[in-house]
This record gives sequence, C-alpha cells and structure tokens, in this order.
Amino acid sequence: MEKLNSEKQYIDLFQECSGLIAEHSSEVMNALRAEAFEKFSKNGFPTQKVERYKYTDVPEAFKPDYGLNIKRLNIPVNPADVFKCDVPNMSTLLYFVVNDEFYTKAMPKAGLPDGVIVGSLREASKQHPELVAKYYGKLADTNDSVTALNTMLAQDGLFVYVPKNVVLDKTLQIVNILRADVDFMANRRVLIVLEESAQARILFCDHAADDRNFLTTQVVEVFAGENSSLDIYELEETHEKNKRFSNLYVDQKSYSNVLHDSITLYNGSTRNMADFNLNGQGAEVHSYGCAIADSSQHIDNNTLISHNVPNCQSDQLYKYVLDDKAVGAFAGRILVRKDAQKTVSQETNSNLCVSKEARMFTQPMLEIYADDVKCSHGSTVGQLDEMALFYMRQRGISEAEARRLLQNAFCSQAIEQIRLEPLRDRLHMLVDKRFRGELNKCGGCKGCK
Amino acid sequence: MEEKNEFVKKVASQKYEFGFTTDVQTEIIEKGLNEDVVRLISAKKNEPEWMLEFRLRAFRHWLTLEQPEWGHLDMPEIDYQAISYYADPTKKKDNSGPKTTDEIDPELMKTFDKLGIPLEERLALAGTAVDAVMDSVSVKTTFKETLLEKGIIFCSISEAIREHPDLVKQYLGSVVPYRDNYFAALNSAVFSDGSFVYIPKGVRCPMELSTYFRINARETGQFERTLIVCDDDAYVSYLEGCTAPMRDENQLHAAIVEIVVNENAEVKYSTVQNWYPGDENGKGGVLNLVTKRGHLRGANSKLSWTQVETGSAITWKYPSCVLQGDNSQAEFYSVAVTNNYQQADTGTKMIHIGKNTKSTIISKGISAGKSQNSYRGLVKVGTNADGARNYSSCDSLLLGSECGAHTFPYMDIHNNTAIVEHEATTSKISEDQLFYCNQRGISTEDAVGLIVNGYAKEVLNKLPMEFAVEAQKLLSVSLEGTVG
Repeated sequence: MEKLNSEKQYIDLFQECSGLIAEHSSEVMNALRAEAFEKFSKNGFPTQKVERYKYTDVPEAFKPDYGLNIKRLNIPVNPADVFKCDVPNMSTLLYFVVNDEFYTKAMPKAGLPDGVIVGSLREASKQHPELVAKYYGKLADTNDSVTALNTMLAQDGLFVYVPKNVVLDKTLQIVNILRADVDFMANRRVLIVLEESAQARILFCDHAADDRNFLTTQVVEVFAGENSSLDIYELEETHEKNKRFSNLYVDQKSYSNVLHDSITLYNGSTRNMADFNLNGQGAEVHSYGCAIADSSQHIDNNTLISHNVPNCQSDQLYKYVLDDKAVGAFAGRILVRKDAQKTVSQETNSNLCVSKEARMFTQPMLEIYADDVKCSHGSTVGQLDEMALFYMRQRGISEAEARRLLQNAFCSQAIEQIRLEPLRDRLHMLVDKRFRGELNKCGGCKGCK
Repeated sequence: MEEKNEFVKKVASQKYEFGFTTDVQTEIIEKGLNEDVVRLISAKKNEPEWMLEFRLRAFRHWLTLEQPEWGHLDMPEIDYQAISYYADPTKKKDNSGPKTTDEIDPELMKTFDKLGIPLEERLALAGTAVDAVMDSVSVKTTFKETLLEKGIIFCSISEAIREHPDLVKQYLGSVVPYRDNYFAALNSAVFSDGSFVYIPKGVRCPMELSTYFRINARETGQFERTLIVCDDDAYVSYLEGCTAPMRDENQLHAAIVEIVVNENAEVKYSTVQNWYPGDENGKGGVLNLVTKRGHLRGANSKLSWTQVETGSAITWKYPSCVLQGDNSQAEFYSVAVTNNYQQADTGTKMIHIGKNTKSTIISKGISAGKSQNSYRGLVKVGTNADGARNYSSCDSLLLGSECGAHTFPYMDIHNNTAIVEHEATTSKISEDQLFYCNQRGISTEDAVGLIVNGYAKEVLNKLPMEFAVEAQKLLSVSLEGTVG
C-alpha cells in the first residue's frame, strides 16, 4: 500500500490541477499529457524488480510531499549573483534555467547566428508550434514512468534549435539552478534539434541554491541530423538532499557525431538514463561518464546504445570513485540489431572502491543479433595500485596526496575525452578539489571569492 | 521430391546420434501433479516419513510460486499437468532394485552400449565408476564395492535415502533449499532419482565417478537430484553426461545438483550435456532447467565446474559457487554451442563470502543458425570477503547472420579490497584464419571445426581425457552444416 501512495499523490495532483498545468504551458506540450497520464496511472512507478530500475528505489524517491510551481509564480532569484560559474579561457553563451523555468532576465548580450533558437521551450512552442510539435515527445518513451510523469507535469524547459549548415562557435552553457523555500519538485524538459550539418556544444551545469530537499525529473530529447556534430556535457554539483532523475533520448542520423559526457561531482541521489539510437549509417556516438561519490550518495547510470543500421560506431567509458557508504551502479547495454553489420563497439567501466562500505554494481551488457561485428566490453572493480602508492611515498609524497594523485589520474581518462580544452582543464581542477573535499569553494566564481 | 525429402531426413537424423528410443517396458504413472502424485512417488521409492514431508513442503511452496520469465529465452508454455512425473524402465517386481547386470533388461543394456557407456567389465579398463539414470530411475551403479572399501559411498539417491538417512538428512537441501527458485521447488517435490556421493575425510577417490542421464519414455519429465559431499581433505572428480531420444514435443528436465566441499577438499564436476536439441525447425527438444550449486564450506576448499553444452532446445542454468571458506577457490569453464533454433541462457554465480577467496570464469559461447546464446553471470563480493579476487572472460563467436550472442554480466561489489575484472568480446570467425586454412587445402567446414575447437580449447583442456574426446566430437557434430 505504501508504494501505491507514491503514485497516488501524482495521479491526484494531475487530476486536480490538469487545467492549471495546461493553462501555464503551451498547446504542443499539453497535447501529450493525457496519454502520458494514462500510461503513468496504468504502470505506476517501476519497482526494483524492473531490470532498468534495479539499482534505484523510485517509489521511495517520489514518496515525500514536494511542492510544485504549477502556477508559475515568480520565484525571486538573481542567478547571475548566485552563480557565475564561467570556465576560464572559454567564452560561452550563458543561460539560466531556474528550477524548470527558462530565465529571460539574464540573456547573453552576444547574438546568435541567424535562425538559431535558444530559449524557453514553452515560448518556442508558442512561437514555432509546428517546429516544436515535429520533435516534441517523439523520442521520449512514456512507457518509462519517470518520462511519463515528466511529460504529464512539465510546463517549461529549454529549446535549442540549430538550422542546416550553421556552426555555433561558442559553447552554450546552461546553468540549471534549483531554488525554492520549501521542499520542491521540478520537471524540466529539454529539446535539442540539430539540422543537417549543424554543429553545437552544450554544457549543462546543475546547481542547487537552497538547502532544501529537491527532486528533479528531466527529459532530454536530442535530434542529431545528418552529418551534424553535437557535444553534450552534463556536470552535476548539487547537494546531498537532491534527487535527480534524468532521461536522455538521442536520435542520430547518418554520419552524425554525438559526444555525451556525464560528470557527477557532488549529488544526493542521481539516476541518469541515456538511450542512443543510431538510425543512420556512419553515425558515431561517444558516451562517457565520471562519478565521484562519498558519504551516502547514490549514482546510477543506465545507458542503452542501439545500433539499428550497419556501419555505426560507439564507444563508452564510465569511471566511478566511491568512498564512505556511497553506492554506484552502472548498467550499459549495447544492442546490435539484426542488420547492423560492421558495427564497431567498445564499452569500458572501471571502478574504484575506496572504503569498505562503498558498494558498486556493474552490468556491462552486449546483445548482438548480427554476425559481422566487433564488440567488446570490459569492467573492473578494484583499488589503487599499491606499487604506485609505494613508489610515490618513497619519493616523499604523503599517502593522502599520493592517493589523490592516483584518483585524479583514474578519473582523468573520462575527462580527457572532452573536446574543449578549457573545459577539460576546469574539470581536472574541479575533480581535484572534489577529492580534497573543497568543492564548495570553487574559487573561480564571484560567489566564492 | 520424395527422394530429396528422404535424403534431408537422413542427414537431419544423423546430426543427433543419440536419437533412438529403447523399447523397454516402462512403468509410467499417470500424468498430472498434485499432492497424491508426490505421495505416490515417495511410496514407490519406499521413502521414510521425513522425506515425504520434505517433498510435501516443497510442493506446497511450489504452488505459491510463478514460473520466472526473466531469462533471455522464448520459452514454450509448460503444462505441468501434462507431464508424467515418474517413469521406471526397470519394471522391477519388488522394490529392491536390480542386483546384478543379468537382472537388467538386455534392451536397456543395449541402450547404454549405444551411448558408449561401459557399464560392464570394460569399466575396469576405463577406470570409471558409473551410475546410469534412465527416465526416473537409477539403473545400475558400477564399482560400488571397490569404492566402499575406501569408505566412499556412490549410489543412487533413493538408495542413499534408505541406507544413509543421516547423511542425506544433513545435506539434502542445504545448498539448494526448496525455496530457492521455482524449478528447485518442483524438483524437491517430485525428484525421483539421481546420484549420491560421499567421500570421507582424507580420501582421494581413485577413479572418476560418472553419471549418465537419459530421458527415454514419452511425455515424462526427468527430475534428478545429485548430492555430492566431499569431506575434509578429500578429492573427487565427477562426470555427468546426458542424452535423450528425438521427440516432437518438448521434454522437461529440471534437476538439482548440490555439492558440499569441506576443508581442504577438492571437487571437479564436469558435464557434457547433449540432450536432444530439437530438429532444424526448432520442433521438440529438451527444456534443460537446472539448478546447480556448490558450497565451499571449509577453508582452502576448491570446486571446479566444467561444462560443455551442445544439446537442449533451451538451456537455462547457472552452476554456482558459494565461497564461504577462507582461501577457497572456484572455477567455471564453459563452452555453450547453440545451433538451429536452440536457446541458451547460461553462466555462473560466484558469491564471495570468505576472506581471500578466488574465482575464475571462462565462458565461450558459439552461436550458429538461428540460435540465441546468452552468458549471464553474477560476481558478488560480500562485505567481509577481504581480498576477494575474480577474473571473468566471456567470448562469443558468431557463425551466421541470423543468430545472436549476448552477454549480461552482473557485478555487485561490497568490499574495497576486492579486485574484480570482467572482459568480453563478440566477433565472427576470422576471415583470415579461414583463408589460411583454405589455402592449405582444408575445406571451410573442417576449418571452422578446427578454429572452433581451438577457440574452445581452454575449456576442453579442463575436461577429463575421455570426456574431452567426446566433447570435441560433439562440437563438430553440433556445428555441422553451419557454413558453406
């Protein structure tokens, strides 16, 4: 009965407030709510018996009573004051999303190339209803109850559109800020569309401004057109009271190249799901991740790379460092469909358990229905190399420092994959700080100085 | 046209060499499963009261369960009421069982001859003690007396229940309790026979012990139960072979193997599984749903599973090891071959509980035709398993574009001193290697056989010699006609 209550509050909420939700959103977004609601009420939250949710207790996470900002009341915040997390030596176009609302009062001054849209999903779907309707909800599978719940309740979010042959020189930096005076739930929706031969880089930074219990559901849909190139970097630096559920869906056309790097530096409980669909020949996906957790943090990354057509490539690398009572989980499934010949796929997951109580669950999976393929995966769980530690101590490096050095080196493999040098440097620094336990003093920001 | 069909038929039947049925008079009880059937089986075997109670507890628990569906398998629905749970080919007049070879039906002897099981004096040369189980009943155990001199007990489980009740009571269900899973509960309720091995302290079993299983009668299930107890400082190597006749319908085989390994003891368990795999259209075949588990109770104990899986329409089993004793070691070597419409979801579980425990997993999957071959394995390192070490390597070879090869490893690590490694590769047979062989006048078919045998060598080498030869032959037979 306990579990039922978890769902019931959202079912009741939607039944009571569906008018209000719709009123403060857009028609395109409203169009999918009824169906999502139906699926959600039918399926309920997945229990841990559902294979993809084996390592995260979803009903428990959704059980507490969170406040929602359905009426879109203005929450006073000046994000530029709270966060100014610029990356040194990298000029970005900085945008803010407060909870689930696109923040319009602090837009970058530099203009975007013609035809490029970066802005509120709600506004975009009012201004360009046809464009948004063409893509919105087309990838997100509402059989997944978290996605269904998000589709049901999301009122705003981010929309990025890059037209044909347009190359965005500057990186888009999106700072997601959680800000509330009560325990709060945000349902954020992101839609990214790259037309043929377009190029873009997007950096998402997640922060929590208040010491409240937050629960975020985020559904990101990405359409990478033919020959397009897209980098998505997700960096989470929230706090231990934050719960994050992020579902990423990517559709790739021929010769598109997508890089996804998900870095969890500091969090409460995080579940990231990423589904990559390689639907055009010659498409390439690079999926990387790095997770650092201690105290009782929980990080669960669940990916699916689906090779649907021949001649595609994928590689994947996830690294975890777990300390104290942290729990890490990685489940990566590579699916090669029947006709997807000449697939090349490589998956690696390495994990460091630093303390006795830390727990790691790993599940690298290959599911292959074609014969002319080269697929491999490897996974390890272990500790730092005693020989290397000894070597460093011999040379007068303290044990703690030697450990940090080795842990940094361990993580750097996932960071080195980043295609932006300044961001790479920045992350090396942040990871080092993280291991020193000084993450909150980031030093580079106005707020910290 | 007809001629052609006949030819096809001939070729098809060649592929499964053991597809004969034996015309022996068999006593089969009525189909269906209820408490009365459980009581009847127990009564037929003259079992003591405690055994009947064990069965009934298991049966009542089974009723509360549902058949699991998580396997990567397309399972035909099993009608548990359409199976006969007891078939006795020895049609004995009294319940004492056959005493000498003369008492055994000569047809039955021929069956085992055809299978190449040296039940007779030939055994002396082969140096193997055999317990042969056909349908539900253990037919004959050889070399019992020789073994008894050393204190080794090797007999059918029903005999053990009668003659060594204390030992059976102590160990039966202690490794695989009836509550373990759906098929374990079913087996615990209706198991009819199997082998029992007890190696006393300090004894090194002088010969390989072996069991042959054969399903003969139509519409029967085979539910055998094997219990091996290896006491302190003892050693035993145990072999298991399986065959079944060709039948249109699916035959059910749900066995349990329990192994207890005490301090400093070592057990080697080898299986060559060659149940009827169904015809090339996926019709018929044995459903092989087995629970196998070894419990390494004592310090420095060692258990090694080696399996060559070529048969069965569906194979769903995970021979597992619970490494409880400190410094215990476990190994799992497996070759699983699937062809035509065969499906396999197999692998192992290594549960590390004791300190400094070590496990090795080497799994080689070969899929051909339209088959699906999955490796699924769990490596779990408990909080107290300091210094645990695991190495897993799972390779899959694909022959043909319509088959599938899948790898689902699970690693649950709850200790920071553990070192766990897993690697897996999937690829098709190397064109270069094939070309090299062709160049030297070796036909493609033979070349595939060579390459596959080379690929599986790491595992085949672990088999006792006589079995290795048989396994190699089986590999080539199973893959016949997959190329060219």
